[in-house]
Amino acid sequence: MQQIIKGNQVVEDTWQLLPKDASIENLTNSGDIIVPLALWLEHAHALKARDGGLGVWLDADEEAESIIDDLQHFQVIALNFPVFSDGRNYSNARLLRDRYGYQGELRSIGDVLRDQLFFMHRCGFDAYALREDHDPHAALASLQDFSEVYQAATDQPLPLFRRR
Amino acid sequence: MYIYDEYDQRIVEDRAKQFRDQVRRYLAGEFSEAEFLPLRLQNGLYIQRYAPMLRIAVPYGVLSSERLRKLAHIARHYDKGFAHITTRQNIHFNWPNLEDVPDILEELASVQMHAIQTSGNCIRNTTTDQFAGIAADELIDPRPWCEIVRQWSTFHPEFAFLPRKFKIAINGAEEDRAAIGIHDIGLNAVRNDAGELGFQVLVGGGLGRTPMVGAEIRAFLPWQHLLTYLEAILRVYNRYGRRDNKFKARIKILVKALTPAVFGEKVEAEWQNLKDGSATLTEAELQRVAKYFVTPELESFAGDDAGYLDKRSSDQGFDNWAMRNVHPHRAPGYAAVTLSLKPTAISPGDISDKQLDAAADLADDYSLGEIRSTHYQNLVLPYVRQKDLYEVWQKCRQMGFATPNIGLLTDIICCPGGDYCSLANAKSIPIAESIQRQFDDLDYLHDIGELELNISGCMNACGHHHVGHIGILGVDKKGQEFYQVSLGGKSGRDAAIGQILGPSFAADQMPTVVQKLIDVYVQNRTPEERFIDTFERIGMAPYKERVYAANH
Ligand code: HEM
Ligand code: SF4
Repeated sequence: MQQIIKGNQVVEDTWQLLPKDASIENLTNSGDIIVPLALWLEHAHALKARDGGLGVWLDADEEAESIIDDLQHFQVIALNFPVFSDGRNYSNARLLRDRYGYQGELRSIGDVLRDQLFFMHRCGFDAYALREDHDPHAALASLQDFSEVYQAATDQPLPLFRRR
Repeated sequence: MYIYDEYDQRIVEDRAKQFRDQVRRYLAGEFSEAEFLPLRLQNGLYIQRYAPMLRIAVPYGVLSSERLRKLAHIARHYDKGFAHITTRQNIHFNWPNLEDVPDILEELASVQMHAIQTSGNCIRNTTTDQFAGIAADELIDPRPWCEIVRQWSTFHPEFAFLPRKFKIAINGAEEDRAAIGIHDIGLNAVRNDAGELGFQVLVGGGLGRTPMVGAEIRAFLPWQHLLTYLEAILRVYNRYGRRDNKFKARIKILVKALTPAVFGEKVEAEWQNLKDGSATLTEAELQRVAKYFVTPELESFAGDDAGYLDKRSSDQGFDNWAMRNVHPHRAPGYAAVTLSLKPTAISPGDISDKQLDAAADLADDYSLGEIRSTHYQNLVLPYVRQKDLYEVWQKCRQMGFATPNIGLLTDIICCPGGDYCSLANAKSIPIAESIQRQFDDLDYLHDIGELELNISGCMNACGHHHVGHIGILGVDKKGQEFYQVSLGGKSGRDAAIGQILGPSFAADQMPTVVQKLIDVYVQNRTPEERFIDTFERIGMAPYKERVYAANH
C-alpha cells in the first residue's frame, strides 16, 4: 500500500486508483476507489449505487467544470500531473475549491514532487501521492518552504497587502 | 526605490534557503537533471556552453549604489570580473559555479535582490521605461504598478508551471519606451473621460519564432481591477495555452488561434468571477507602494544651467556626449545621463566589476544613489544636476562610459550568441564589433542619426532583432554561420516586426551590408527623416537592389 501525505502527515493510502481505461465490469461493491472521469461520466448511476467510497480523478486536459454538478458524490477528487511541469491542474484545484465549493479531499497524483507541494497546498490540495521514488516523510518539510506569501489563494483568502 | 519590509525580506530569504537545499539534494544525486531543471530555471540558473549562467532580477530596472557594489562584489568573487545587462533590464553572470549559487542568492538577499522567476515557464520580471519618474511626457509613474505586479506574481502558486514563459511590461508615458507591444501582456496607463486612471490591456505580443505585436483586449481597465484581471488572463492561458509543442506555447499563439476578440471574451467571463475579490487593489496599498517612488527633494533651478551650456559650446567632445547621452528631465536644471555600455569591441551590455563600483560612486556623488538598467543594455543616472555634467562626463571618460552613441547605430542591442549560448546558430558579439568598427567615425555616426540595430544569434530573439530598425539574425546554413537582415522593425507605440531583406550573408560581409543600407538612407533622406522614416517612405526595394546588386 502506498503512503501519501494527508494534511501534514504521512498515512497509508486506503484508496484504489483505477487506470484511465478501467471498465465498470470487474468493480467490487465494496472498497474505496478513485475512478477516471470517463468512467464516472458514463456510469455515474452504477458507481453511486456501490457501497464502497467513491472518488474521481481528472487528467490535466480535463476540466473541473465537467464534474461541478456531482461534487457531493465524491469523497476524493484526484488531479493528475502527467509531468510536474504541466500546471493546468493548479487552476482546476482552485476552481473546485474557490468557485465550486468542493470540501472533500483534493489529492495530487502522478508526477508529484516535493518541490511543488507548497504551491499545491496553496491551490487547495490537502493530499499528495508523491511519485513512488520520492520519500513522503522527507517531502513534508517542503510544505513549509515559505513563511509568508503575497497573493490571495485557496489557503489564504487575503493578499498580503490586506494583512501587512 | 521600493524598500523591503520584514515580509518581503522573509520571502527572499526563504527562497535562498529553499534553493540551497535544492542544490544540496541535486548534488547528492537525489534528483535527476530533468527534475532539477525547472527548479534552477525559476532561480535564473541556466547551464550554458562553458559554465552555468545566472540571471538576476532587476525589477523594472531600478538599482542603487549599494546594489551595484554588491553586484561588483559578486562579479569579482564568483565570476570572472564581469556582469552583463540584458534586454530585459536584468543582470547576467556568465561564469558562476553551481555550488556557489546559494551563497550568491544569500548575498543578493542582503541587498533586497534575488533571481526569482528570472527564467522558466512562469511570470518573469516586469519591465518598464528607464526614464520612469523623470520623463516629461509621463502620465503616471509606472514603477509602483510594476512593484505591485512583482509582488502579485512572485511565487504565484497557480502560475508557476505555465505553458511557457510570461512577460509583462508597463508604460506610463506618452511615448512607449517599455516596448509593451512585444510582451505577453502590455499595460498602458490611460485616463478615461472622467479623468480616472486605468490601463489599456494588450495581450499576445512576443518575439521568438513567431513574432507578433500584441492586440488590445480592453481599452480601459480601472486600476483597482488590475490584479484580478491579470489573474483572469493568466488562468485562461494556463488552462488553454498549448502544451504539446514548446514553439507554439506562448500566449500569442493562443490569442491568434482564438482571435483577440474571443480570447478577450474568455478573459472577461473568467474575470466576472474574480472581479471585486480580495485581490482588488486598494487606495491604501497603492499609497503604500507609491510613497517609495516619490521624486526625491531636488534643488530648485530656474532653468538650464548657464555653465553647462557654455561648456557645450566650447567643448566639442562634451557637446557630442551631451547630445546623445544626456536626456531631458522634468526638473529644471537637472538631466538624466546614460552610461554607454557600448564602446567598440566590448560585448554590448558588459560591465566589469571596477565599472560597477565606479557607476555606484557616480550614482552616490551625482544621482542621489539611484541608477537604472535599460532594455537597451545601458545604465542611467536619473538625477544629475546640469552643473555637474561636465565633471560626470570626465569621470565617464575615465571609466569607459562616455561613448557618445546612445540611440545611434553603434548602440547595438545584442544577445550573447554563439560565444556563450548553447542554443545559438551563430555568434553575435563579433558581428556587433565589426559593425561598430565600420562606423567608428563619430561625425559620420552622428550624421546618420537615430537608428536601432539589434542582433540575435538565433530565432529565440533575445536580441530583439525583429524590432530593430535594422535587425540581424544568426542562421545556420549547412553548418556555417550566416546572417539574415531585416528592416523596418520598431518597438515603440507603433510597434512593428521587421521585414526580411533577402538571402543571408556571411559574417565578413555584414559591415559592408550595413554600410550599403546606410548609404541608401543617406542618399534618400529628407533633412528631418530618421533611418526608419526613410525606410517607411521608400520601401524595401532600393535597399534590396543596392545590397544584392553589388553581390553579383
Ligand atoms: C545565454 C543564455 C540564454 C538562453 C539559453 C536564452 C534562451 C531563450 C529562449 C529559448 C528564448 C525564446 C523563448 C520563447 O520564445 O518562448 C528567449 C527569449 C528571450 N531572451 Fe533569451 N536566452 C539567453 C540569454 C538572453 C540574454 C543575455 C538576453 C538579453 C540580452 C535575453 C533576452 C531574451 C528576451 C528579451 C527574450 C524574449 C523574446 C520574446 O519576447 O520572445 N536572453 N531566450
Ligand atoms: S537569441 Fe539565441 S543565441 Fe541569442 S541568447 Fe537567445 S537563445 Fe542564445
